[in-house]
Amino acid sequence: MSFLLRRIAFYVLTAWAAITINFFIPRLLPGDPVTALLGRMQGRIDSNAEHALRVLFGLDQDATLWQQYLDYWGLLLRGDLGLSFTHFPTPVSEIVNQSLPWTVGLVGVATVIAFVVGSLIGTFLGWRRGTWADGLLPVATFFQAVPYFWLGLITIAVLSVNLGWFPSSGSYDRGLVPAFTGEFIGSVVYYGFLPALTVVLSSVAGWVLGMRNMMVTVSSEDYVTVAHAKGLAERQVMLGYAARNAVLPQVSSFALSLGFVVGGTLIMEMVFSYQGIGYTLYQAVSTHDYPLMQGCFLVITLSVLVANMVADLAYALLDPRTRTEDR
Amino acid sequence: MSAGVETDPGVARDAGPTAEDPVLEIRNLSVDYGFGDDPTHVLRDVSLTLRRGEVLGLAGESGCGKSTLAYAATRLLPPPGLITGGEVWLTGRDGERADLLSLSDAELRAARWRDIAIVFQGAMSSLNPVFRIEKQIVDGILAHRPRMRREEARERAAELLRLVGISADRLRSYPHQLSGGMRQRVMIAMALALEPQVLIMDEPTTALDVVMQRQILEQVMELRERLGFSVVFITHDVSLLVEVADRIAVMYAGEIVETAAARDVYTRPRHPYSAGLLGSFPPLHGPRRELTGIPGAPPDLSAREPGCPFAPRCPHAMDVCRTELPVLGRTAQGEDGRLVACHLHTAGAPLPEEVGR
Amino acid sequence: MRNQLLFLRNGKVVTGLAILGFFTLLAVLGPWLSPYDPNQVSDALLSPPSATHWLGTDHTGRDILSQIIVGARGVLVVGLVAGVSATVVGVLVGVTAGFVGGVGDESLSALSNMFLVIPQLPLIILIAAQLPSAGGLTVALVIGATGWAWGARVLRAQTLSLRKRDFVEAARANGERTWRLVLAEVLPNLTAVIASGFVGTVTFAVLSQVTLSFIGITPVSEWNWGTILFWAQNNLALQRGAWWWFVPAGACIALLGMALTLVNFGIDEIVNPRLRSTGLHARSLRRRGIRPRVGFTPVVREVRS
Repeated sequence: MSFLLRRIAFYVLTAWAAITINFFIPRLLPGDPVTALLGRMQGRIDSNAEHALRVLFGLDQDATLWQQYLDYWGLLLRGDLGLSFTHFPTPVSEIVNQSLPWTVGLVGVATVIAFVVGSLIGTFLGWRRGTWADGLLPVATFFQAVPYFWLGLITIAVLSVNLGWFPSSGSYDRGLVPAFTGEFIGSVVYYGFLPALTVVLSSVAGWVLGMRNMMVTVSSEDYVTVAHAKGLAERQVMLGYAARNAVLPQVSSFALSLGFVVGGTLIMEMVFSYQGIGYTLYQAVSTHDYPLMQGCFLVITLSVLVANMVADLAYALLDPRTRTEDR
Repeated sequence: MSAGVETDPGVARDAGPTAEDPVLEIRNLSVDYGFGDDPTHVLRDVSLTLRRGEVLGLAGESGCGKSTLAYAATRLLPPPGLITGGEVWLTGRDGERADLLSLSDAELRAARWRDIAIVFQGAMSSLNPVFRIEKQIVDGILAHRPRMRREEARERAAELLRLVGISADRLRSYPHQLSGGMRQRVMIAMALALEPQVLIMDEPTTALDVVMQRQILEQVMELRERLGFSVVFITHDVSLLVEVADRIAVMYAGEIVETAAARDVYTRPRHPYSAGLLGSFPPLHGPRRELTGIPGAPPDLSAREPGCPFAPRCPHAMDVCRTELPVLGRTAQGEDGRLVACHLHTAGAPLPEEVGR
Repeated sequence: MRNQLLFLRNGKVVTGLAILGFFTLLAVLGPWLSPYDPNQVSDALLSPPSATHWLGTDHTGRDILSQIIVGARGVLVVGLVAGVSATVVGVLVGVTAGFVGGVGDESLSALSNMFLVIPQLPLIILIAAQLPSAGGLTVALVIGATGWAWGARVLRAQTLSLRKRDFVEAARANGERTWRLVLAEVLPNLTAVIASGFVGTVTFAVLSQVTLSFIGITPVSEWNWGTILFWAQNNLALQRGAWWWFVPAGACIALLGMALTLVNFGIDEIVNPRLRSTGLHARSLRRRGIRPRVGFTPVVREVRS
């Protein structure tokens, strides 16, 4: 149990750190982008909302830093992330709430698919080392080195612009009304296929290479030799003994590299104008909508933390050594 | 003890069973390490016979090829190990003989564990850390008896644990929850699951303390009496072998340099290396001897010199030892049932005291 | 010494270093090599590759090959600066954590794990977007400040195992000062790990910077391969079928990233000998009838010479 408790403590600490970083960034950086905007909004913004923005961006010169920090937490705990400048006067939290499910759906599903498929391919490559399978390694290396968004551009150019098989942007047919109907869900899957494919293509290589190297390492472990000595079927040795153990570090590195992978896949939303949180962040950046940027960062970070906890939980389920402390 | 006249293993070419009823016969086994153009020859023409019911000890310093021999004979040597020649004849329960090196994958898989089981060096690393003991024993049973029901296999696993003196409720434990000695017993129980004819034990007790060592050894010997399997016991500790083995084969630099009945090796070694090995370990029983050890280290097998590999460390090395490789043959005394690979025995000159007793 | 020779005999490493050398040459000599000024507009609007413009032109008739050649410097400088700064921080944090142990180790490890878990790219975007001017060097330093955690984590583990080795224990028992111990005994043994961390960070920095330029956070007048893609994306290069606008720049990024990855493979094989593929050349093995498999040692009865 203590493994999970330690992890939870770590995530609480990390969440606190992320929130605090979010508090300090606008205060520490030179320049003061918000004041000018507030000046332009003079009169159109109600005093409550203006106060929130002042707290969020450290314009409350009268209060002490500590008081500002407390106020900031107060706002967050009430779910108040300020007002968006570009979608004035929509609260940031509302915009974020609308876009988050799309990201969880797209990036989440695609990342899990990439992990599973990549680990399976890596298992095979590692097991069959020194055969033709090694020839797939340079291909994987290439895909690992390609920037995510560029791969997105290429798939759009080929599958959407040239062949016209898939739409190049959007997340569902705008002619449809969002509802739980077969037609709407079909449209979501159709529109999501290309971005998902790109996410899978660009992140699968990392899992392939990681799993392959772990398989090579694990294959020379004694318990794998024992499994062979026992005369188990090859499939059972490969999947049940070698891959079963090789996947452990793979899962923990899944947790650790989630932040990196999610960062990269969010860019994909920008390329495909997919209405998730990455696209919202992109729009916020290009329109200098600072409250929205801050809100997006917080939500992205907290979501990644939750995903991390799920991965840790999976690890605890897979490795009995984390569960039992007694001998 | 099954001492008797032994045929020269390098000469024995007929495939028929001999009078001594060999259960495992390794003939001229050669193994390379490295798939490249310049592999290391880690085993050269090694021949060895294990008779039914016998405990054969394989002795030598680490890096002499004892474990390599065991792994190669079962084709478990990991890449870049490569078997370049030889035969490994196993006599089945029905008396039929098969060359393990010529079997198809499926046949070899079937023979493993059923006919020949191995207890590996590190018990901690031999057990899969993420599975319960029960699953690891049951997996081995069910792989060979696909028709058996899981509960039956489970009962068999419990029975096996009791056989090695562990209570059956330990089946639900994970390896990390067991002590080192217990893990090794589990490995032994697992190896006996299908009542194999041959049990290869590769330094099974090296990591354990002396008391635990003795306990486990006694248990194995007792089980052997009861179940009647043959044992290849690999260790660098010759004085331990004298206790348990019927016969001993001494290995050096990937070759067998001496074979004889255990007591003979202990009291009257014929190869200077055997004599040196005996001087490196305190005897478990009997009068204390002065520990001398052998100066130097085993040779680097990737850079073989001509001549006897032991010559650089041998106190009695002659000129011929540096140019010609000695072959396994009779001793100078012409004793039955022993073989030695040493020029001292063919030179005709009087033997030095330590190998001439 | 033998390790270094081994390193250079590795085919992957040589390929990687050759590609890196090529791009370094471009970065140094770029302004003299490029056929045109990358900002010079011409009448040849959005023209496909031709004898006068080898990689075609963009929507205002600027030469794309020149943009790529000149842009190489921006990419490499940011990669190098970010790589060096992240490695310095990583070494400081990682080696300290591994060496001091106890509470200091716990808190430093927690710190680097935090930086690992917090998504870096959004954080970099957040910081870069709020800076008054996010030029190449600034971006490099921001990437360095957020991207040190992976290296620190690996170094900590490695230091921890080194600290327990005999020679370090011996030096410590001799009363050697800690900083001397670290400089003379520990750091030299971490060279491979530090190098691999450095190369990894450079890869990450290049990708991040290109991404930032692509979404328009860095000044669009500063040429790098991301900027080219920014212009291409914003002027509908995809929809207009102007493949020469976005394919070469992306291919250059991929090639550079691949070169760095190849170098890192070589380093990994030195650190972890199990990954070494020496002697495992699929074709020559097949010719000799060897099928390397785990659990079934190949038997090849060849005529011994």
